[in-house]
Amino acid sequence: MSQLLDGAELTALQTMRIGFSHSPELRRGLGLTAFFALLGTAGRVVVPIAVQQTLDRGLHGPQGVDVGFVTLMGLASAAAIVLTAASSYLMTSRLFVAAESGLATLRTKAFRHVHDLPVLTQNTERRGALVSRVTSDVDQVSQFLVFGGMIGVISVGQLLVATLVMLVYSWQLTIVVWLCFAPLFISLRYFQRRLTAAYAEVRRQIGVMLSAISEPVVGAAVVRTHAIEKRTQGRIDATIAAWEKSQISAQSLTAFSFSLGGISAGLANAGVIAVGIWLGFADQITAGQVLAFAFLVSLFVGPVQMGTQVLTDAQNALAGWRRVLGILETPADLVDAGPEGVDLPAGPLDVAFVDVDFAYPTGPTVLHGVTEKIAAGSRVAVVGETGSGKTTFAKLLTRLMDPVSGTVCLDGVDVRQVTHECLRRRVVLVPQEGFLFDDTLLANVRYGKLDATAADVVAAAGELGLGDWLDGLPDGLDTKVGQRGESLSTGERQLVALLRAHIAAPDLLVLDEATSAVDPELEMRIGRALESLMRGRTSVTIAHRMSTAEAADEVIVFDRGEVVQRGRHGDLVGQGGVYARLYASWEAQRSAS
Amino acid sequence: MTTDTLGGAREATLRQGLRIIGHGIVRQPWMFTIATTGALIFGALTVADAWVLGWATDHALVPAFRDGTIRPSILILVVALFVGLALLRALGIIGRRMGGGIMAFRLQSAYRREVTRQYLRLPMAWHHQHPTGQLLSNANADVEAVWAPIMPLPMAVGTIAMMVVAVVQMLLTDLVMGGVGLLVFPLVVLANVVYQRVSSPVFTRIQAVRAELSEVAHESFDGAMVIKTLGRESEETQRFHDKAAKLRDLGIKAGRLRALFDPVQEALPNLAVLAVLAVGVWRIRSGQAATGDLVTVAYLLTIVGFPIRSIGWVVGELPRSVVGEARVRTVLDETSTMAVGDHDLPVTDDGAHLRAQGIWFAYPHGGSVLRALDLDVSPGRTVALVGSTASGKSTLTTLLMRLVDPDAGAITIDGVDVRELAPGVLAKHAALVPQTAFLFDDTVRGNVTLGEDIGDAEVWRALRTAQADEFVSALPGGLDAQLGERGTTLSGGQRQRLSLARALVRRPRLLIMDDSTSAVDPDVEARILAAMRAASGSGTVVVVAYRKATIGLADEVLYLDDGQITDRGTHEDLLARNPDYARLVNAYESADPVEEAAR
Repeated sequence: MSQLLDGAELTALQTMRIGFSHSPELRRGLGLTAFFALLGTAGRVVVPIAVQQTLDRGLHGPQGVDVGFVTLMGLASAAAIVLTAASSYLMTSRLFVAAESGLATLRTKAFRHVHDLPVLTQNTERRGALVSRVTSDVDQVSQFLVFGGMIGVISVGQLLVATLVMLVYSWQLTIVVWLCFAPLFISLRYFQRRLTAAYAEVRRQIGVMLSAISEPVVGAAVVRTHAIEKRTQGRIDATIAAWEKSQISAQSLTAFSFSLGGISAGLANAGVIAVGIWLGFADQITAGQVLAFAFLVSLFVGPVQMGTQVLTDAQNALAGWRRVLGILETPADLVDAGPEGVDLPAGPLDVAFVDVDFAYPTGPTVLHGVTEKIAAGSRVAVVGETGSGKTTFAKLLTRLMDPVSGTVCLDGVDVRQVTHECLRRRVVLVPQEGFLFDDTLLANVRYGKLDATAADVVAAAGELGLGDWLDGLPDGLDTKVGQRGESLSTGERQLVALLRAHIAAPDLLVLDEATSAVDPELEMRIGRALESLMRGRTSVTIAHRMSTAEAADEVIVFDRGEVVQRGRHGDLVGQGGVYARLYASWEAQRSAS
Repeated sequence: MTTDTLGGAREATLRQGLRIIGHGIVRQPWMFTIATTGALIFGALTVADAWVLGWATDHALVPAFRDGTIRPSILILVVALFVGLALLRALGIIGRRMGGGIMAFRLQSAYRREVTRQYLRLPMAWHHQHPTGQLLSNANADVEAVWAPIMPLPMAVGTIAMMVVAVVQMLLTDLVMGGVGLLVFPLVVLANVVYQRVSSPVFTRIQAVRAELSEVAHESFDGAMVIKTLGRESEETQRFHDKAAKLRDLGIKAGRLRALFDPVQEALPNLAVLAVLAVGVWRIRSGQAATGDLVTVAYLLTIVGFPIRSIGWVVGELPRSVVGEARVRTVLDETSTMAVGDHDLPVTDDGAHLRAQGIWFAYPHGGSVLRALDLDVSPGRTVALVGSTASGKSTLTTLLMRLVDPDAGAITIDGVDVRELAPGVLAKHAALVPQTAFLFDDTVRGNVTLGEDIGDAEVWRALRTAQADEFVSALPGGLDAQLGERGTTLSGGQRQRLSLARALVRRPRLLIMDDSTSAVDPDVEARILAAMRAASGSGTVVVVAYRKATIGLADEVLYLDDGQITDRGTHEDLLARNPDYARLVNAYESADPVEEAAR
C-alpha cells in the first residue's frame, strides 16, 4: 500500500522530463514558438540601434543631416517593430495554448489517478492538500510557464542580444556594463533562496490562519454552547498577526532585491559615459554609440529586477509540478484487470478468502491467515470489537484494498482478475458515513444506478419501508441535501446511502454499520426488508448491534485480526469465548433499565 | 451582469471601486503616504534620469567628442548624478513596495478580524442559512479580492504624476517633438481601456470556473469511498474534465488577449520614438532643437511607456474588488442578533430546573418540527429523550442550549427565561455534547479545558469518566498532543469521547447529550455510562437515546412524537402503556425469534 509521493525526490530535470511526457501538448510546436520568441526578443534592440544610427549617420554623418537616410531607417525600424510585435503575439498565444492544454490534461490525469489509489492512501491525505494538488499547484505551473517562464526566456534572450549588440559597438564598454551588473547576478541565487523560504513561511501561515478562521464557522455551535467567543477570537487574531508578519518580511525581501537593479543601472550608466568619453578620445567609439549603450543598459534592468522573482516563481512552480507528478508516480495498487479481465457469471456470488494477510504500511499486521468461504445466497454477519479487523475484512472483500498476501476470490476468481466495471456493478459496500453530494436526493440515489427514474427510486424506497420518510420530506425526491448532505440528519444520510445501494441491485451487498444512526424500529424494519430483497443474493453485514447477528444465517467472529469463531448465533452463544462475551455485553445493555 | 453589455454597470463598478480604494486610504493614511511618496520619488527620478542623460549628452559627451577633452569636474558631476539618482530611486522603490504591501496586508487583516468577529457574534440561525464554504471564502478569498487594487495603487499614482512631469518636460524640451511624442499617451491609455473591458469578464469567469473546479475536486475526494464502491470513477473524471476543459478554454482566450495586448503596449512607445526621431531630424536641421533635446524626448518615451500599465493593473482589479466587497459586506452589515438579558443564575451545585412551555419551531422552508411542546425536568433528574429518526430530538437540544430561539413559547432555567440571561451565563451552567463532535486545532488539554484554568487532575478525571484516558495517554505528548485540524487524527468514537470529557470537566448543572456516544463500541459505552452514574453529582441530565442501556440511566423517559412530548414516565410504565414507544425501543428484541424462544 503506497503513501502518496510528494515528488520531492525528483530532480528539476527529471521533473521536466516526466512532466513533458505526461503533457505532450507542451512540446508540440515548441520549435516554432522558440523561433518567434527569438524574433520577438531580437526586436527589442531596434530602438537603441535606431537612435544610434539617426545620431551618427542621420545627424552627424559626413554630409550633415541626411533626411533620406533617416526616412529609410525610420521605415525599416517601424517594419521591424511591427514584425517584433507580431512575433510576440504568436509566441505568447502559442505558449498559452500549449501550457493550458498540457496542464488541463495533467490535471485530469492526476484527478483520475487519485480515484484509482487505494482507499487507504486517499484517507491518509488531508483532503485540502489533495485538492490543491489538482487545482492551485497546476495553476502555479501554468502561470509560471506562460508568465514567469516567458519572462525568464525573454529576459535571458534580451541580455544575450543586448550583450551581442554591445560587443559590436565596443567590447570595452560591454565589460564595464557587465562589471556593474555582476554582483547582482551573483546575489540572485542568494535572494532567491531567501525568498523561497520566506514565501514558504507565508503559505504555512495562511494554512494556520485558515484553519483558525474555520473554527467559528464549522464549530459555531460548540463555540456558542461553551461561550468561548473571546478565546476563539484571540486564537484567530494571533494567526492573522502571524500571517501579516510573515507577509511583511517576505515583502521587504522582494522590495530590497527589486531595488538593486536600479542601482546597478545607475552605476552602469555613469560608467558607460565616463569610460565612453575616455574611449572617444582614442577614437574608439562615437557619441551615438555611447548613447546607444545607455539605452542598451535599460534592457539589463528589467531582467535583473525580475530575476529573483522569476527564479522564486520557478522554484515554486517546480515544487507544484513535483507534487502533481507525485500523484501520478504513486503506483495505483488497485489496477483494473482491463480487457483481459474476467466478467463474473450472472447470479449470486460466493466469496472465498484464502490465507489472507493484511497490514497497513509501517503498521502491524491487522489480519492474519484468514481463510473463509461464504456461500452464494447466504446472509452473513461479521462481529468483533473495535480494531478486531472486521472493517478491513469488508474493504478487502469489496477490493477497496488488496491483501498483502493471499487471495480474495469471488465465484472462484481472484478479485484482482475481475474487471472494475463488473466488480463495482456486482459488489456494493454501504459504509457507515454514507457520503452525499451537494445535489438533490434523487441525484444522490441515482448515483447507484445512473438510468434510474424517479419512479424507480420511489418504488425502491417503498420496498425498503422508507416510503413514509420520503413522503415526509418537504420537497420529496427534489430535496436538496446540502454540502456533504448536511441538511439531513445523520440517520437520514444513512437512509439515502442505503437506498442508493439498493437501487444498484448488487449480487453481493456489504453493509458496514450502515444503519448505526437510525432508530431501532426503523433499523429493524430496514433489516427485515433487506432480508427479503436480498433473497437469492449474498449479503455480509458488519454490526455493533448483535440483533443483526441473531438474524443472520451465519456469524463470523473476529478477534485481533483472526477469525476465532463461526456458526449460527444459537450455537455460538452456547460455546462461550469471544462471541458469548460480546453477546452478554449487548444483552446487558439492551435489557438494562 | 456582464460588464460588456451594461455601460452603466461598468461606470458604477469604477465609482464603487474608487470608493473602496478611498476607504482603504482613509484607514491606512500613513502607509499610503509613504508608498505614494516612494512612487513619486521613483517617478520623478526616472524622469530626471532622462534629463541627466540629455544633459550629459550636451554638456559632456558631445563637447568631449568635439573638443577631444573634458573637464574632470564635469565628468565627476555626471557620475555622481547617475549614481546618486539611482540610490534615491532605490529608496523610492523600497518605500513604494513596503508601504503598498503593508497597507494591503493591514487592510486584509482588519477585514478578516471584522468578519470573524461577526461570525462569532451572529446567531446560530444565521449560520444555518449560510453554507460553510461560502463563509470561509468570505473571510479569505473575498477579503483578498477587496484589497487587491491596493498593492499596485501607489505605483499607479506615481505613474500619473510621472506622466504629468514627463509630458511637461517633453513639451518644455521641444514643443514639436514633445507634441508628437504626446500622441502616444492617449493611444496607450486607449489600448489599456480596451484590454480591460474585453479581458475583465474573461478573468471574472476564470475566477468562477476555478472555484467550481476546486469544489468538484473537494467533493469528489471527500466522497472517494462511495465513488470507488459504486465504480463511478469515470463519471467523476468526466465531471472534473468538463470544468478543466472550460478553464483551459478560458485560459487560452485570456492568453490570446494578453498576447495581443502586450506587444501593442510595447510597440506604441517604440513607434512614437521613431516618429520623434523623424521630426527631430527635421527640427535639428532647421536649427530649432539640439541633439540632446531629441535624446531626452526619446528616452522619456521609452521609460514612461512601461509604467503606464500599472494604471491598468489597478483598474483591472476593480471589478473583482467590488464583487468581493459586496460579498464581505453581506457579512459585515448583518445586524441580526440574539437579544440577551442581564440575569444571572444562582451559583450552586444543585441541578438546574429546566422547563419548556408551548414551544413551536420550524426551519426556514420546512414544516413545523416542534408543535406546542411542553417539558419539565426537575433539578437533579436524569431524563431520556426518546423518539424516532427525524422526530426533532436534536432540534430540541439546540433550543434548550439557546443555539436557536423557538418561534413561540419559552424555555426557562431555574425559572429564568434563557433569553433573559446575561451572555455566558448559560454556558457556565449548562453543556451540550453534540452528535457530531467538533475538535479544535489544539492540544488535547486545550480541547478539554477550552482555555479555562482547569488543573490536569480534573482533566484526567473527566477523560477517565469519558473512557478517553487510555487512548490519550497513548498519544505522544499525552495531554499536550496536538490534534490537528478538526481532530482528523482520531477515530469518530475517540472524538466523541473527548467532546464528552469537555462537557464533563465543567461540571455543568445541566448536561445535554445528543446521541453523543453513537460511534462508541457498546462495551465502551457501557463503561462510560457506569462511570457517569458513579461520578454524577446532583446535576440535571437530558440524554437523547435509542439504546436501553442509555435509557436505563434515566429516572424518567420523555417520548417525543409528532413535535410534542406525548408521553412521560419511567421506562417500565411507558413500555407497558405506550405501544409506539415499546415498538421503538424493543425493536431489537421483537426481531429476534431465537431470543424469544430462549425466554
